[in-house]
Amino acid sequence: MIAELGLAALWLSTALAVLQMVSGALGLKDGGNSQFAIYARPAAVVQAFLAVLAFFLLLYAFAVTDLSIKLVATNSHSAKPLIYKLTGTWGNHEGSMLLWVGVLALSGGLLAGLERRLPEKTMSATLAVQGFVALGFYAFLLLSSNPFERLPVPAIEGGGLNPLLQDIGLAIHPPTLYIGYVGLSVAFSLAMGALMTRQVNPNFAKILRPWVLGAWVFLTFGITAGSYWAYYELGWGGWWFWDPVENASLMPWLAATALLHSVSVLAARDALRTWTIMLGVLAFSMSMLGTFLVRSGVLTSVHAFAVDPERGSFILALLCLYIGGSLVIFALRAGSISEGKRFSVTSREGALVFNNVMLSAILAIVLLGTLYPLLTEAFDVRVSVGPPYFNPAGAIFAIPMLMVMAIGPLLRWKEDKPARIQFELALVASVVIAVIALVAILGDYGILPVLGLALSIGLAIAAFLPLRGRRLRLVPVATWGMVCAHFGVAVALFGMASESAFTEEKLAAVAPGDVEEVSGWTIELESVDPVAGPNWTAIEASVLASRDDEAPTRLAPQSRNFWSPPQPTSESALITRWDGQLYVVIGDQAGVDAAGNNRWQLRVWWKPFVTFIWYGGLLVAFGGILSIAGRVQVDLKRRRASAMGQERRDDLDALGDADAADGPVSEPAE
Amino acid sequence: MKAKHQRMTLVVLALIAIVAAGLIAAWALRSQANYFYLPEQMAAEPPAVGQAVRLGGMVQPGSIVTQPDGISIKFIVTGNEASSVPVRYSGILPDLFVEGSGVVADGSLGADGVFEATNLLAKHDENYVPRELEGLEGHDGNEDYAETVAGLD
Repeated sequence: MIAELGLAALWLSTALAVLQMVSGALGLKDGGNSQFAIYARPAAVVQAFLAVLAFFLLLYAFAVTDLSIKLVATNSHSAKPLIYKLTGTWGNHEGSMLLWVGVLALSGGLLAGLERRLPEKTMSATLAVQGFVALGFYAFLLLSSNPFERLPVPAIEGGGLNPLLQDIGLAIHPPTLYIGYVGLSVAFSLAMGALMTRQVNPNFAKILRPWVLGAWVFLTFGITAGSYWAYYELGWGGWWFWDPVENASLMPWLAATALLHSVSVLAARDALRTWTIMLGVLAFSMSMLGTFLVRSGVLTSVHAFAVDPERGSFILALLCLYIGGSLVIFALRAGSISEGKRFSVTSREGALVFNNVMLSAILAIVLLGTLYPLLTEAFDVRVSVGPPYFNPAGAIFAIPMLMVMAIGPLLRWKEDKPARIQFELALVASVVIAVIALVAILGDYGILPVLGLALSIGLAIAAFLPLRGRRLRLVPVATWGMVCAHFGVAVALFGMASESAFTEEKLAAVAPGDVEEVSGWTIELESVDPVAGPNWTAIEASVLASRDDEAPTRLAPQSRNFWSPPQPTSESALITRWDGQLYVVIGDQAGVDAAGNNRWQLRVWWKPFVTFIWYGGLLVAFGGILSIAGRVQVDLKRRRASAMGQERRDDLDALGDADAADGPVSEPAE
Repeated sequence: MKAKHQRMTLVVLALIAIVAAGLIAAWALRSQANYFYLPEQMAAEPPAVGQAVRLGGMVQPGSIVTQPDGISIKFIVTGNEASSVPVRYSGILPDLFVEGSGVVADGSLGADGVFEATNLLAKHDENYVPRELEGLEGHDGNEDYAETVAGLD
């Protein structure tokens, strides 16, 4: 029953998406007066409910391991711990696409249910676009990857989940990333809606901003969580591999970061109108491109669950339809959007434009590097593109961007003189130069890590300079959000630079009782024993690690063998200290030593301040949350104030005196 | 400056930056991309000594030899034809590195004709074959392994 209910819910949602699209389109045509237009909002809300219901039904089928459903039988196993049965729901192609569609419908439903400030006509257009996007993905799900397909005969036992995915990381990383990816669909629909009804103005930007911020917070958090997951689960000691699938999540983040800054300019200053719309289209296009790269099987990686050319061409067709369609509308309508307010080069807007252009350039670098191997393969030349390309090419644009990011928030809107902030400029510049000189004297490190260290310390100071000379109690919450996010970027950059400059590594074959040293740590292999878990067996090393005179800490890295599906994995063991992490991995048996004892391969890294990378990511996400909270607070205040003003005006009107009416409360510039 | 002019200036500046990014990317991709070699290609047209490339093929059964230090290994990678390339690697072997199975080695060719690998990629799981190895015969060597342990549960 569960499967049939789920399938019925999905088909009903599809029908509602059609209704939403048609009703929205009619509302657009008749200027919002059509009798039929009132159905768009309810259709979106009910659709959200049904799509989320379908997802929960699949979740239930995985929880009880219903082996008559093909998807459960291929991807789950009755002996798996419950948490991995649940997370396994989206650890496969069909389930993750259902999650995608569920989030898409949910964000459409939230938009339709909560947003009342937009002109009705723009709302109709927005909902029509959202329905059109949803329809394509429902069709994809139902026609080529039905998650509820039954087996003719129920399986006796399931095939199990890839052991690399049997980790708490799977509970966090994909859902947050998907919410971010798909949340950008609302930004896309709103941008198209505003473009079609010529409503690209500060009011529209204020409505768009929380959606962009929300999606961006989830993307930031998802990428941070994914990076930490890869770091400890793969056992390679790296935190970013420039893997095409990682790039697929980075590209929407870059576009969303640019969008979020240009939306602020549009909201506060009514400039960058067409540019904001273009970025809205670009951000969701990158989300869809990411989905295509990961889901189509053009890439093989742990993320690509199934290789099926039919699905690939289906997503590619959707991609072309949506991106091409939106670009055509953009080309037809962009000319009719009038020029926004002007500004000089040395102004807050000027700095934000620079930031936007640099982010777009980095996006271009990442996009070309990701697609290049696919391109050359068409000519039968196989290449791989890795850090030697991405690091320097990205840095060419990232370094100027970070420099401008340090001073941009200090500039005034519209026009400013650099001389006004000469103290701040001199302070940040001298800190950066001092750190470069210091690090260059102390050791021989790569140019990028040194620049990264210096810039991160300069940025960390610069992040707090906008608060200088202000009464902290009166600083708007949204400004605190900006300070927090910019400081987070500095913290993450410090972690990245420190990790790549100062990491020390030791690889050795050791017998129980042997002692190794790595940057001040004493590491002793105590013993190696077999252990067993619910669905795996392992070789577990007992390692004692100590620094200075402290008591040794016991670490237990494992080399695991899962038996369903049969696959070995290595489980690293970590010691986290304020100034870094010790990372230990056990390898294969490596012959015997002179005394005839068995030796084991042991690999140990000391990574100074590596944890700052993820603390920084979390700070950036938290800054986004603060910013949303600040905007909502200001908005609620404004609504209360305008309601009160209206009341007073009504009273005054009643008294026959309309002269004393209040103007609308304006938004404070941050 | 007239309004129209400012918009044009912005568009032109943005275009210059994006085109610059494209040119830098094109230049860096030509010089920094790692080319993929099969053993027969490496024998016919060896890359320059020290140039970062990738080598992909099958690990010859019986060829893995652990060196006395316990952390280095030597093995031989074979291709579709009779050609083969010796490889040296120091480090913990990937989880699915097995004789008779596919492997992709990152590294460079040494002056002595031995390929110095800095990183080895084996199959990620039972469904995953490194893209470069698709179409290479025998890449499914791990199925034997899967069959051997299938009856254990």
